[in-house]
Amino acid sequence: MSARARLWFPHTTHAAAAAHDKEVVNDMARSSTGLSRRAFLAAGLGAATVPLLAGCSSGTGTTVAAGLFGTKLPTSTLIYWNLFGGGDGTRMQAMEAGYEKQYGANSLQATTFAWGNPYYTKVTLATVGNKPPDVAVSHLTRAKPLWDGGLLEPITDDDLASVGLSASDFSQRPWNEQRTDGQNICVPLDTHPLVMFYNDDVCRKAGLMDSSGTLKKLNNLDEFESALAAISKVTKGPAMTIANVAGETATPWRVFWTFYNQHSQATPFLSDNGSKLTVNEDVFNDVTTRLQSWVKKGWVNSGLDYATAESYMFTGKAGLYLEGEWEITTAQSVKGLKFGIVPVPTLYDKAATQADSHTFVLPRKDRTPEQRKQAMLFIRSMLDQSLTWAKGGHIPAYQPVARSAAYKTLKPQSDYASVASSAVYDDPAWYGGSGSTFENIVGAQLGLVQQLTLSPQEALQAIKSQLSVYLNTPSPL
Amino acid sequence: MTTATAARPRPRAVRNSGLTYRSPLQRKDGRSAWLFLAPFGVFYLAFLLGPTIYMLVMSFFNTSMVRTGLGSFAGFANYAEMLTRPDFWSSLLHTLQFTLYTTPPLVILAFVFAVLTNRFNRGQWFFRLAFFLPFILPSATISLIWVFVFTPSTGLWAMVETWFGITPGSGVLSSPNTAMIGVAIATVWWTLGFNFVLYIAGLQEIPRELYEAAAVDGASAWSQIRFITIPMLARTTTLVVLLQIIASLKIFDQVYLMTGGGPGISTQVSLQLITGTAFTDNRLGAASAASVLLFIVIIVIAIIRQLTDRSAAKKEA
Repeated sequence: MSARARLWFPHTTHAAAAAHDKEVVNDMARSSTGLSRRAFLAAGLGAATVPLLAGCSSGTGTTVAAGLFGTKLPTSTLIYWNLFGGGDGTRMQAMEAGYEKQYGANSLQATTFAWGNPYYTKVTLATVGNKPPDVAVSHLTRAKPLWDGGLLEPITDDDLASVGLSASDFSQRPWNEQRTDGQNICVPLDTHPLVMFYNDDVCRKAGLMDSSGTLKKLNNLDEFESALAAISKVTKGPAMTIANVAGETATPWRVFWTFYNQHSQATPFLSDNGSKLTVNEDVFNDVTTRLQSWVKKGWVNSGLDYATAESYMFTGKAGLYLEGEWEITTAQSVKGLKFGIVPVPTLYDKAATQADSHTFVLPRKDRTPEQRKQAMLFIRSMLDQSLTWAKGGHIPAYQPVARSAAYKTLKPQSDYASVASSAVYDDPAWYGGSGSTFENIVGAQLGLVQQLTLSPQEALQAIKSQLSVYLNTPSPL
Repeated sequence: MTTATAARPRPRAVRNSGLTYRSPLQRKDGRSAWLFLAPFGVFYLAFLLGPTIYMLVMSFFNTSMVRTGLGSFAGFANYAEMLTRPDFWSSLLHTLQFTLYTTPPLVILAFVFAVLTNRFNRGQWFFRLAFFLPFILPSATISLIWVFVFTPSTGLWAMVETWFGITPGSGVLSSPNTAMIGVAIATVWWTLGFNFVLYIAGLQEIPRELYEAAAVDGASAWSQIRFITIPMLARTTTLVVLLQIIASLKIFDQVYLMTGGGPGISTQVSLQLITGTAFTDNRLGAASAASVLLFIVIIVIAIIRQLTDRSAAKKEA
């Protein structure tokens, strides 16, 4: 950046050229002694060109050429963007390989980007620039702003029928949630809720395990709190960990949104696509005060980052751990750890759990009917391989897999499959959804509440003032 | 180039002396000059002037990233929003903080290294190459290198800390107090070479006779630097400082790649806020307003620097 900016300055060339003149003299003086720098550089440049040219003739070369010269990829190659790293990334690659096995070696070009805001920025810019992928992954809550921006194509019943799918093949909750303006904006792959991890050994010592070796059902606030007290006695420290520092804003939000929605008086946090703050302040205070009371009693940590919060449960320093089910991969990789996963207990009036879904979207672009069919075939192929995906903890949205015996025997994944029906998604807003500006702002304040540095009232004030910019700005979508 | 000597006339002095300078160019040469300028002029218009004017216009509208056209008229709402946003001010402060951290070392170190290198008669090319080499690397590469160096507890930085008996903490880039320093160190290492080359070029234009005369008069090496090198390089220093301040105010790559603006928003700089507003929030109008404000800040700083420089030059004269 800086270099380019400087080269616009004509003064620079004056001094640089002077230096250059001297160098010419130096070079000529030295040329008799051996290889001159210029010759060396020329040789290096030449050497660098060879593999580039060679690359153009090979299979990946067509991709390189498409990037450099804008030539078209073979039309049969489907371009697919996703945001999966870690265990999810590995499983997604296995599923991509499954698609390639069926449709040929060059049938797919899959690209993985860093998740969160940067990913959705890329999808948006590529679509606005008329170079979007054929199929992209999006969180359900982020697909809505994309749809509002006119960046997605609706998926019609004919599209679904062309690859043998229909609405009844999907979990009710995500399917109904994605319906927007009477259209299908995406095809859900899974539901990924907040869940409760527990350490077998700690919970057994605390007398919380039933005869079958799973955590006893904790049906209300009193039972839950006495369980926390019992675990705390065993660990001589926190009973339950919730990550809330070092930039971790998503987890405090997920936990808050779960307990908040278990209240029968819960109202949406945001309404009218993010232009009104409609949070029920009494419920907000009740939930956050309760959390603070747990921290004050030493049952819940006051400040732990994501990895440390998790390691507390892994190492028995805590009995319970609240996080998304995707941490199952990390938990399974810990040697000698006996753990289980259950839905977050219902402490208030009704069952509710914060969740989102990974979905497939079709970005707006010119497609032939064949290309459209191919994109749908790809989605179908991914859905068919949902069992591979489910191993990473996500609850399959595709019912033929979710109801299969193979999934039901998948433990502990199937222990919390029921959560999908009580999933609560983030409120639609142009600045909302998973990993969004909204989650960052609200989650940061909730993290401070847990650290006891802010009272619930102060946090709410801070949230109101920081959100006011977005509440008062007309949606750019 | 060859006529550039120690007694470089100041342009202002020429104007004041009343000398008239007759150009050897004829009037008809003008037309072909325009022709030669045209290719660059077109680019300049299409990619610099055009977008700048468009930005100014957009800053008064609720322009969206995903909609065509300017959108509804916003008046000064975008400016009012930016000026009342705490994160706009904090990002501006971080930009100034980065400029303060990087400009002095980049000017002073470049000067010191250039003077030292210039003392070598043989093998000077090696030092010139060594100091300039990092500059040709892309920002992504240097960011990777330095993130690697700053890796908590196992990185090179932590290793050096343990040699001195310091227990490595959570890493330079993980603490809000030190993250910007980490980025500044990486930047100094990266861009030192450019200022270094300017100084080397300046040094080689200082006539040897001056040093010889000074040596004959018994001036020490330090006196020679103090009374010959530094004054003779004054114009180079002026240029280097100006370019450096402007480049530092436009910081984006390293911060984006090394800390992503974190921890929290403790290293978020203005350009990052602007890209975030424009391409993540899809609000081109608001982002344009922020750009215009940053543009004004840079111009003001450049003017202040120019004025102080001018008054210093007057004092000298």
